[in-house]
Amino acid sequence: MNTPRRRLRQNIARLFYWIFLAATLVGVLTLTVLLIDIWRDGSPWLDLDFMNSFPSRFPEEAGVKSALFGTIWLLALTALISFPIGVGAAIYLEEYAPRNWVTGLIQTNIANLAGVPSVVYGILGLALFVRALALGRSVLAGALTMTLLILPVIIIASREAIRAVPPSIRDGAYALGATRWQTVREQVLPAALPGIMTGTILALSRAIGESAPLIMISALSYIAFLPGGILDQFTVLPIQIFNWASRPQPEFRGLAAAAIIVLLVVLLSMNAVAIYLRNRYRVQW
Amino acid sequence: MPRPRAHATRASSRLSERAMGSMLFLCAALSILTTVGIVLSLLGETLAFFSEVSPIEFFSGTQWTPLFQPKHFGILPLINGTVMVALGASLVAVPIGLGSAIYLSEYAPERVRNLVKPALEVLAGIPTVVYGYFALQFITPDILQRLFPEASVFNAASASIVVGIMIIPMVSSLSEDALSAVPRDLREAAYGLGATKFEVATRVVLPAALSGVFASFILALSRAIGETMAVSLAAGSTPRLTLNFLESIQTMTAYIVQVSLGDTPAGTIEFRTIFAVGTTLFAITLGMNLLSDWVIRRYREAYR
Amino acid sequence: MVSPLRFEFGSSLPQSAGDPHPAGNNLVLEARSVRVWYGNFMALRDISIAIQRNQITAIIGPSGCGKSTLLRIFNRMNELIPTARTEGQVIFNGEDIYADGTDPVEIRQRIGMVFQKPNPFPKSIYENVAFGPRINGFRGNLDEVVEHSLRQAALWDEVKDKLRHSALALSGGQQQRLCIARALAVEPEVILMDEPASALDPSATLKIEELMRSLARNYTIIIVTHNMQEAARVSDRTAFMLADEQRAGHIIEYDLTKAIFTKPRDQRTEDYITGRFG
Repeated sequence: MNTPRRRLRQNIARLFYWIFLAATLVGVLTLTVLLIDIWRDGSPWLDLDFMNSFPSRFPEEAGVKSALFGTIWLLALTALISFPIGVGAAIYLEEYAPRNWVTGLIQTNIANLAGVPSVVYGILGLALFVRALALGRSVLAGALTMTLLILPVIIIASREAIRAVPPSIRDGAYALGATRWQTVREQVLPAALPGIMTGTILALSRAIGESAPLIMISALSYIAFLPGGILDQFTVLPIQIFNWASRPQPEFRGLAAAAIIVLLVVLLSMNAVAIYLRNRYRVQW
Repeated sequence: MPRPRAHATRASSRLSERAMGSMLFLCAALSILTTVGIVLSLLGETLAFFSEVSPIEFFSGTQWTPLFQPKHFGILPLINGTVMVALGASLVAVPIGLGSAIYLSEYAPERVRNLVKPALEVLAGIPTVVYGYFALQFITPDILQRLFPEASVFNAASASIVVGIMIIPMVSSLSEDALSAVPRDLREAAYGLGATKFEVATRVVLPAALSGVFASFILALSRAIGETMAVSLAAGSTPRLTLNFLESIQTMTAYIVQVSLGDTPAGTIEFRTIFAVGTTLFAITLGMNLLSDWVIRRYREAYR
Repeated sequence: MVSPLRFEFGSSLPQSAGDPHPAGNNLVLEARSVRVWYGNFMALRDISIAIQRNQITAIIGPSGCGKSTLLRIFNRMNELIPTARTEGQVIFNGEDIYADGTDPVEIRQRIGMVFQKPNPFPKSIYENVAFGPRINGFRGNLDEVVEHSLRQAALWDEVKDKLRHSALALSGGQQQRLCIARALAVEPEVILMDEPASALDPSATLKIEELMRSLARNYTIIIVTHNMQEAARVSDRTAFMLADEQRAGHIIEYDLTKAIFTKPRDQRTEDYITGRFG
């Protein structure tokens, strides 16, 4: 055999092993650099005053209170609206839908909605909720816009969780004379719930990190009060971050980083809850 | 034991059964309404826009200055900026994402996979505004301006890099799914002929998974085109026909945000530009998503 | 190793033995010219069979002959398969369960079913048994129903101290008896069993078979099995099914179990029970 050629081939193989490994590590490395950079910039600004103050023109007095509360309001309201609708749609598609063109159309449509840029949802929110339904630049308008944005994600995740419940469970319930809805409510849904919850929380964490649609409908970052109801104006952490990050003064750069830390902590806690639910309540079939 | 059967409850339960089915159908049908809503809300104002600006000017004009006098409504500079960032992001994400997909599917031991996959998931879950901050406050000053002192504060390069990083997880995980779906006996056949691991990966597995890999590129590109906050922060708001990555540019999405941030009254031509640009953006991303769908379906290998 | 098998017959053969095609008041279920399609594929053709009250009827035949499909037409479980279509009549206590306006949900309360693989709900033992009565709007003492059903299923002594534990923690045999208890809790008249012991070990199988014999005093049981000895041990009557060239299942012979296993009238039945058949 042609030994030098074989040795060359093996050297190429070994070289590319390292190239592929390096490519894989780029992601991990970037994540590390990003987190370190943000911590370095933001941690000096992070204290109780920062959590407890409203935004201000003076960096040393500025805080994220209204943005944090706005995020929590938005999160709660979006969860309340999107969860029942998303799970309902998933149940329909998995348990009720006949195999016909309407079902096919709905499925294709959901898949395509998942790929629509978030800023387009913002345009929809602006035209439909803010103007046509006259909800103004309110928490409710924001939550409805976010609901439409994350519904495809919730539906897709919930369908997967429902599909993971073995058909034998449904047979068991039907054979006892359960109706379709009794079967779903009493057996399928409880068994699928951990998976549905995990998917929903991950979708919601996408919603609270998202700001483009909210800029379209709310745009305000200087909010020096807390929302008291669903029709009040509000701001959220990502918009506050966007606002601070786009200012030239270095102090605002620190504020932006500190607000990013707050946002990431919120996101990581949500992810932790999702992972906990997945591991704690998963049924082993 | 009495048999529990009352006809009244049965009739009412049959009624509520039907009501429940209808409610669930409405939940699912809401997605159709969403699409209709998107199309209608875009179309109404877009048509109003085109009653004032000719489509020819819109699609062939080389100047985009709707907010200044003299107003020009040529969308090409915005498309140019969008395409620059999307292609730049692909230059980052495609080789890295594909390389890591090959590593994860063909080489990685279980331990490494269990470490890298969650890290990629975290990377995918970081809000885009954070990437914008990272580009503006770290990549541009600490990397780009040291390498290229002439780079401006806002530039296409930093936006391309962070958007690229942002879509790495998407390329990586979708491509890995496609690679992992290639049956093992195909790999073993190649090993049996004396191929090295690299040759198996690049000449057997990759070609077999090509449609899925290619579809992941298109989806990631579409995602990069729709990306908003990071490019708004990092790339600037200077619509311009250029190919210089170190200059400030503006993407379609960043323009939409710029107008929204200002106080543009509804009904004006400036306000309507949001919808005209939004419609263009929607059409482009929808087209790419459908294309990726078609690629998967058309070139699906028979053994999958 | 193709030797004529020795079959051991059930201890409580019916008194009315001798009439292979019973009629009259003792009939509980009767299929009349039933055909089943899955899409364009005909799975069952021209099935007619009459089921005697308080007896065990076994349906045997090689795999793919439509045994399970036949079982599922008796409680309209077949129609849960999207493409399935059924023609003909199934008379249950004088009424056609496929007639317009008949509610399959009500049929399934009165004709229970136990499946091949034990399928307890991922809930407590108690909740498994209580589910049926509860959804049917039962307003009595649920504890009593649960205990009574578990006793009937010969499971009470094994689980009475852990009723709130997960049913998934039980052994396979216990799970299957729990599924039987679950079916009994809605007080059905007929219980359909689809190879109830095929996933179990021999001692668990024995328990299920004993249980079936004791249940036959109060219930009518139809069992599908691929195990001929099992059919011979527990059943009073046996139907032998085959698929034809188009793979449509039909009944070759239906008779008292003893007759089927000792003097089958059809050559194909004899070939099958002596093991000479594919």
